[in-house]
Amino acid sequence: MKKLILALLFAPAMALASGAELHLDRWPGSVKDQAALQNGAELFVHYCLNCHGASYLRYNRLTEIGLTEEQIKEKLMYTAEKIGDPMRIAANAKDMRKWFGTAPPDLTVAARSHASGDGSGADWLYTYLRQFYPDASRPTGWNNVIFDNVGMPHVFWEEQGARPMTVTQVRSAVDANGKDAGYEEVVKVYDVQGNVTQTVKPLAGAQHEGIRHEFGAPVGGKLSAEAYDKQVSDLVAFMVWMGEPMQEQRKQLGIGILIFLAITFVFAYLLKKEYWKDIH
Amino acid sequence: MASNAQYEKYKSNGTLMGAALEWFDARFPLTSMWKQHLSEYYAPKNFNFWYFFGVLSIVVLAIQIFTGIFLTMHYKPDASLNANGVPVAFASVEYIMRDVSGGWLIRYMHSTGASAFFIVVYLHMFRALLYGSYRKPRELTWLFGVFIFFCLMGEAFMGYLLPWGQMSYWGAQVIVNLFSAIPFVGEDLSIWIRGDYVIGDATLNRFFAFHVIALPLLLVGLVVAHVLALHETGSNNPDGIEIKKKLDEKGIPLDGVPFHPYYTVKDTVGVVVFLMVFFAIICFSPEGGGYFLEYNNFIPADPLKTPPHIAPVWYFTPFYSILRAVDWSWMWPSAKLWGVIAMGASVGVFALLPWLDRSPVKSIRYRGPIYKFFLTLFVISLFVLGYLGTQPPSGLGNLLSKIFMFVYFAFFVLMPWYSKIDKYRPEPDRVTFK
Repeated sequence: MKKLILALLFAPAMALASGAELHLDRWPGSVKDQAALQNGAELFVHYCLNCHGASYLRYNRLTEIGLTEEQIKEKLMYTAEKIGDPMRIAANAKDMRKWFGTAPPDLTVAARSHASGDGSGADWLYTYLRQFYPDASRPTGWNNVIFDNVGMPHVFWEEQGARPMTVTQVRSAVDANGKDAGYEEVVKVYDVQGNVTQTVKPLAGAQHEGIRHEFGAPVGGKLSAEAYDKQVSDLVAFMVWMGEPMQEQRKQLGIGILIFLAITFVFAYLLKKEYWKDIH
Repeated sequence: MASNAQYEKYKSNGTLMGAALEWFDARFPLTSMWKQHLSEYYAPKNFNFWYFFGVLSIVVLAIQIFTGIFLTMHYKPDASLNANGVPVAFASVEYIMRDVSGGWLIRYMHSTGASAFFIVVYLHMFRALLYGSYRKPRELTWLFGVFIFFCLMGEAFMGYLLPWGQMSYWGAQVIVNLFSAIPFVGEDLSIWIRGDYVIGDATLNRFFAFHVIALPLLLVGLVVAHVLALHETGSNNPDGIEIKKKLDEKGIPLDGVPFHPYYTVKDTVGVVVFLMVFFAIICFSPEGGGYFLEYNNFIPADPLKTPPHIAPVWYFTPFYSILRAVDWSWMWPSAKLWGVIAMGASVGVFALLPWLDRSPVKSIRYRGPIYKFFLTLFVISLFVLGYLGTQPPSGLGNLLSKIFMFVYFAFFVLMPWYSKIDKYRPEPDRVTFK
């Protein structure tokens, strides 16, 4: 009976779980890796902070990832004067709306907002930053596998290099009169300049609709694929930390609270036993 | 409450504390209230696991009020953009999380507390369904409870707007828009509620006012009424029999124990266990997998960007599913209006329970298989509807929510019939206690 109820409870979950999902690579880093956090902070300031603010975070908070105030002032503070200032951007939002079509969002809690059923926010960021491809039809010259028509350019293209992209899509087709014509396979090949060559091939019979992205070998690029992944991973580590700087504190406090409550439980339980022993 | 003449006054034994109490008692019914509600309130001795959730509701209410007061000191209900282009309200929540000492703990206690409140209240209500606690003579206790539930839903809904994230904003937009389905006055009514044509600064400020003072006042008042009504009739128990029918020579129920100290020490154990679960969530998974803090709500409200999928927080999803399930119009009202009516009915129908149940016994222990069958179906339908409400609309989901909506309502609508024809076993004279 219990099994039946469980089965009934989860039946809709199984039936509906087959919606469109993102395939995300798992972020391999750790928020406890201080070297990664410091490297990530530097990358963030140099590559992200020009357009994206981290306005809920103050510079002096970076002392919590092992930097001294002198190091912060010397290496990281370009747009702020005081160590207690939040990490603001220099450019103004109006200009950026003109340049990119949208104001770049504040990134302080990006690692939290991008979490979903498909993976953590860190997984999303780690995947996103590694999956840009050249697309000349976009104003910035770049597009992204998991964020179609993104307004942001590939800021790390000098490190990663440009990678040609082959997008293979199977979709239902219509003929010239707008009538159902079965399925077709559309293959778009983007070269490193972002120029696209498209071929369409009709498919026979019933097909599963879907889209597949395949990267080619990078051209240019100062870093090896492994070194680039590590760089992105460090940046993501910093963003995870920045999303909730007290996350480690929170867990430590949790252990303390649970130990305290466990001890309290023993005494509360003994007290209850003592009082109730005479009730029959 | 006892009349003035019957107040028991404390007579001092000459000590300083005794004299102070005598002075107090001459001016305030302290001793008599203490006795009436605690030391001489006789509760059945056979309370089980399900009876912890009443006191836990009060514990969570206290947590919410306490943490809420501190949040109010730093939160700013302001939808305008700050110098960094972020809404002030949203930024003030992150300010609490980062720059206020201990602010993150207070905030997580409050956000997890909202979910915890509904968990304990739902279990508390389920207890009433198990043991027939809503039946005569406790109809009024039940009704006060149902009003607490309504009030709590309003409180949670208004509070959810305050962080001013995407889900806050669009959730409020969807729900306030429902009022526009009401014929003739609907459009004006929804504008009146929002104070604007869209959710905006005016809405944020009034929701803040309702959330921090109007509804909490009402809530506390209703809780007092709920407890007073309960203490007038005495508590029900897992056997569903009246302990007041068997009294000893002093007029004390044979199966009753004084609430204090017996249930104060027992409830302390329950409260400690609850706090362990509560703080485990706060410290190790404050987002609750996206159910307690929705991921999308970490994006500031943007009136120009509608999220592809707007889902309320988990505690509203069964009712939200019912709203979505009704997509047909019938006679003159639109499908939307019928949806709103069905959703309203799914919450309001709880108030009718005392008059729908015609079983000769109260507790599930002595009820027959039909009630157990319907109650099981009801619980399954709550889970299924709750799950579907978190998901984007789909063909299969729509069909399932229609089916389970009927299951949900069948529990109530068919109750006068099935509770009467159901088999039952005779109730015992005295409570079962081992």
